Amino acid sequence: MPKTLFDNVWDAHIVRPETPDTPAVLYIDLHLIHEVTSPQAFTELRQRGLRVRRPDRTLATMDHSTPTTPRNALGIIPVIDPQAIAQLDQLRKNCADFGIPLFELGSANQGIVHVIGPEQGLTQPGMTIVCGDSHTSTHGAFGALAFGIGTSEVGHVLASQCLLQSRPKTCAVRIEGRLHPGVTAKDIILALIAKYGVGGGTGHVFEYMGEAMRALSMEERMTICNMSIEGGARAGMVAPDETTFEYVAGRPYAPKGADFDAAVARWRTLPSAPEAIFDKEMFLDASSLAPMITYGTNPGMGIPIDAPVPTPEQMPDPGSRQELDAALNYMKLEPGKPLLGHPIDVVFIGSCTNSRINDLRQVAHHLRGRKVADGIRVMVVPGSQQVKRQAEEEGLDTIFKAAGAEWREAGCSACLGMNADQVPPGKYAVSTSNRNFVGRQGPGARTLLASPLTAVASALTGVVTDPRTLLD
Amino acid sequence: MEPITTFAGKAVALPLDNVDTDQVIPAKYLKVTDKSGLAEGLFTVWRYLPDGTPNPDFALNRPEAAGASVLVAGRNFGCGSSREHAPWALAGYGFKAIISPYFADIFRGNALKIGLLPVTVDEETYHELLSHIEEDPETSVTIDLAAQQVILPGGRAVAFPIDNFARHCLLNGIDQLGFLMQQDEDVRSYEAASPITLNTHL
Ligand code: SF4
Repeated sequence: MPKTLFDNVWDAHIVRPETPDTPAVLYIDLHLIHEVTSPQAFTELRQRGLRVRRPDRTLATMDHSTPTTPRNALGIIPVIDPQAIAQLDQLRKNCADFGIPLFELGSANQGIVHVIGPEQGLTQPGMTIVCGDSHTSTHGAFGALAFGIGTSEVGHVLASQCLLQSRPKTCAVRIEGRLHPGVTAKDIILALIAKYGVGGGTGHVFEYMGEAMRALSMEERMTICNMSIEGGARAGMVAPDETTFEYVAGRPYAPKGADFDAAVARWRTLPSAPEAIFDKEMFLDASSLAPMITYGTNPGMGIPIDAPVPTPEQMPDPGSRQELDAALNYMKLEPGKPLLGHPIDVVFIGSCTNSRINDLRQVAHHLRGRKVADGIRVMVVPGSQQVKRQAEEEGLDTIFKAAGAEWREAGCSACLGMNADQVPPGKYAVSTSNRNFVGRQGPGARTLLASPLTAVASALTGVVTDPRTLLD
Repeated sequence: MEPITTFAGKAVALPLDNVDTDQVIPAKYLKVTDKSGLAEGLFTVWRYLPDGTPNPDFALNRPEAAGASVLVAGRNFGCGSSREHAPWALAGYGFKAIISPYFADIFRGNALKIGLLPVTVDEETYHELLSHIEEDPETSVTIDLAAQQVILPGGRAVAFPIDNFARHCLLNGIDQLGFLMQQDEDVRSYEAASPITLNTHL
């Protein structure tokens, strides 16, 4: 049977095949951990007297509960929240006790777990990668099989470097055509989820393919794979190609010299055979897309930015009518009215979806010599310390600050309402993150998910703005 | 882990689709390093009014729902974040099973690991259950894990799918890590043959 990219990676990681009575034992090449979903797993290990099997295949960072406030006079990022302090201390202790390398808060390589893996060259084609975090799907952009796991499974991987898994189904996601100016990778994934729904990919692994995908940079592919989970798919993959190899080459943890050449030769065998069959197919015409924005309380509630908010009559069944009613009630938006021109309070540029150097360059390009609208809080949060350094070398921080935006330290920040960066109750935020769930950015926060371009266009005007107005 | 075989419990309905794990338990409750206090955070946005008092209109707060151990929920329950704190909070509150037309993948796996049964039923059964609960808020359902059946109030038995291994572990009170640890020899030979040279200790 001609194999898919997924089959190739899956089959190469089977330690013990699936039987009618037991799932497959799948080997994990790289295990990333962070402070929030790992402590109880280490407790389990200690209770059972187990060690970490492969600390050399495990790496920890601090990102979720960490503050992103600028450093103090000593160059330290102060943590104030006692619970966050305890959680970070626990991670330090766990890493020290079990010999796991840790990217400490504020240290040179620290950052959001899904930003640091790729930028350090830890993430490589053909690998299996897991983390106690659903956006682990991001790493699939390299042709890795990468997915989020729960804390019990974090314990399984720590102790055995393996997971018990039933084979998921595959779904080919064809994205053909070329994007128009002002329309970005973020709009592709928001449009896909709007079309197929937040449960559309349940039980499947996506493989994104087609002309539009091939044309995208690694950063853009990561933005798309990142939100696979928002389409219900646990993982999303893109076949590795020259763009991938070029990105990986020379990164700190990537293979070097002859090892790299050997790895590339292996990676070239990964893509799906042309005649491979998928369990399901999805399709999107990139050339028909407008910039997207969400109006509701799940990432599938998205519309082209110049379209009106849907009305209950447009909904196919009573369940989705009820869902829309509840969402619009929370968002305080009127059905049938346009979102364009709607006043906003906060703009959040960051998260593992859109906080990489390309995102920041794009935002800076449009902020240069301009000011953000009066009364709008604009937070620019780099995904990692490395992204931050690079941006500063390029002088982007000066542009942000001169425009009246905040330039912060690396971390998850306002993506999840767990640290001090939150959107106040009832306020509207245009956010480049990935989730607009009720309360996600803070209790009562009203999130409009969009691309960095839409975010910067809206930051300049103080209202929801079509980013195509920025184009000359 | 306690073995699970058959149990009957009062059912409460939360007939919303796409209930994400941020709704099950918001991130601010995730700052613990153990599993304490999570049940208090369960469905917190719906359970409490802005002033912190219980919301009398929320299904779980109605007097008839006291002691419920089966949650009947809408499609794609548990989507979003992979936080295992969500099943921990549900189990901590007293739920033993969730019945839904379908579950998000990660939630389903997490729930099975801790003995909170994710029971997938067809749309018709889901709606039948909702009307039973609407007519009689004291409705009880029986879940027979050995037979892989839900027994509805009228006596109709509906089969539900569950993977053999998870079922075996739950029925016998064994956890999956023990099985994984027994694979050591196979893991060693796999590692010896793997071409991947990554070392996170740079
Ligand atoms: S940035 Fe947001 S989505 Fe990404 S890992 Fe952090 S909290 Fe999760």
